[in-house]
Amino acid sequence: MISTDNILLEPTLEEAWDVERVREDFPVLRQTVNGKPLVYLDNAASSQVPQVVIDRGARYLQEEHSNIHRGVHYLSMRATTAYEGAREKVRRFINAREAKECIFVRGATEGINLVMHGYGRKFVGAGDEVIISAMEHHANIVPWQMLCEEKGARLRVIPMNDAGELLLDEYDALLNERTKIVAVGHISNALGTINPVKEMIALAHKHGVPVLVDGAQSAPHLTVDVQDLDCDFFVLSGHKMFAPTGSGIIYGKAEWLEKMNPFQGGGDMIRSVTFEKTIYAGLPTKFEAGTPAIASQIGLGAAIDYLNSIGRERLVAYEQELLAYATEKVSAIEGVRIIGTAREKASVLSFVIDGVHPHDIGTILDQEGIAVRAGHHCAQPVMQRFKVPATARASFAFYNTKQEADVLARAIERVIEVFS
Amino acid sequence: MSELSELYQQVILDHNKKPRNFHKLETANRTAEGYNPLCGDQLTVYLQLEDEVVTAISFEGSGCAISKAAASMMTQSVKGKSKQEAETLFEEFHGMVTGELDEEATPNHLGRLTIFSGVRDFPARVKCASLSWHTMRAALHGEEAVSTE
Repeated sequence: MISTDNILLEPTLEEAWDVERVREDFPVLRQTVNGKPLVYLDNAASSQVPQVVIDRGARYLQEEHSNIHRGVHYLSMRATTAYEGAREKVRRFINAREAKECIFVRGATEGINLVMHGYGRKFVGAGDEVIISAMEHHANIVPWQMLCEEKGARLRVIPMNDAGELLLDEYDALLNERTKIVAVGHISNALGTINPVKEMIALAHKHGVPVLVDGAQSAPHLTVDVQDLDCDFFVLSGHKMFAPTGSGIIYGKAEWLEKMNPFQGGGDMIRSVTFEKTIYAGLPTKFEAGTPAIASQIGLGAAIDYLNSIGRERLVAYEQELLAYATEKVSAIEGVRIIGTAREKASVLSFVIDGVHPHDIGTILDQEGIAVRAGHHCAQPVMQRFKVPATARASFAFYNTKQEADVLARAIERVIEVFS
Repeated sequence: MSELSELYQQVILDHNKKPRNFHKLETANRTAEGYNPLCGDQLTVYLQLEDEVVTAISFEGSGCAISKAAASMMTQSVKGKSKQEAETLFEEFHGMVTGELDEEATPNHLGRLTIFSGVRDFPARVKCASLSWHTMRAALHGEEAVSTE
């Protein structure tokens, strides 16, 4: 009898996902560091930029650059068209109802600060409460602390368990008539936990409380639908999703954005100015004072085109497979402890090694050409929760390979050797 | 890996595992705290200064191997030195790890502290090696906190 096993075998995901082909799109990956091929595993800090995005930015600067929304001349119109085109690409990417709900900012941090100033300083008062979670990035802690200090409001924190999962019962109990906003990360940059934000938003809405989702880590790794989530605000950073630094979006439901105070004052955000009174422009320009990072935001649009072209759902599945593989390899090494073991995780692998400070891990891995983040990941309360001063963090993107996870595992063994 | 073994020499690994003078000093009359916000390193240096001489010194805190070993050996080197001698050592150590002082060509008082010379090939780690020295100097000057930012 002839075996048909080989014929019937489904291609593995890695075969279906032609990672070597994808890697060719990223010129920065074609280099050696300390004599070794670069293994870039610091994607949660900042991701790399594909050639098509670089080319789009260069073409703008070479052929289209001018200030937007100002001139009637040819170049200004071309620049404006490209810039507004990028806004429409973002709208489709997150499935917002209208492009005017997508405000360009220089990243998630600025987006959160915009909501803190525009919504928080208008609607949060003495005795009110703001809810965040125990696993937030400093960008989603400090602005709210500043607000609470200014207004005499109270910051409440949703606790988490030892795996790094939020305790939803405790969250539910925190919501009350004094709660004015919930601000929560979609994916933890330090732990990789994917939070059940849709459920959390529904709970908050029962109390009439709006929710801001910090999507800095989720936009590059999940498919996001702001209407399905029903979030009131969503922020993302372009430089974490294969676009240049200085690009990003704060999405807000139009009904909230209309009611909010502007963020910064200046050109472009006005309808008319006299010394007696200024009338603000409508959405989205009400929140876009001054000349923005035009080339970067157009680059964000190009990065979205690129992500769509390679297939976002396959990308998510491939990253999950990579995470499972790397987790198995790294956790098998004696003396290594993974920090963040939630059931729902994105491709972030935070770890510590007995008796070795993460900073030393980072230096030794760098000698092997491996880029990881070593430190507190701008999430010091997370470090305090897990009683570690810092962690080493390998964060994967769709251009990373299983071979790179093997290189990482071998280098970790080398660290243990040096310190034994 | 030669630069790496230059950085993580046996003496440094030994001081990391068994830091010397690693405790609180009850008789201290000068104390300073040092922070490296970049990596979260934090340490406290305790000094007993009598007639402009460091008669006792110790430290506590958490940090990487380089910062812990540097702190440990700093306490050994500074103990018994005059305020001026400690200042000079600070300048020389700082010069060596930042690459401004060629410790082989220029006369200095560094002695076995030269095992930290490998740090200058790792610019990201210079602050680790110098944090305890900055903190010691702050304590000498009667300042309470120092940050490497």
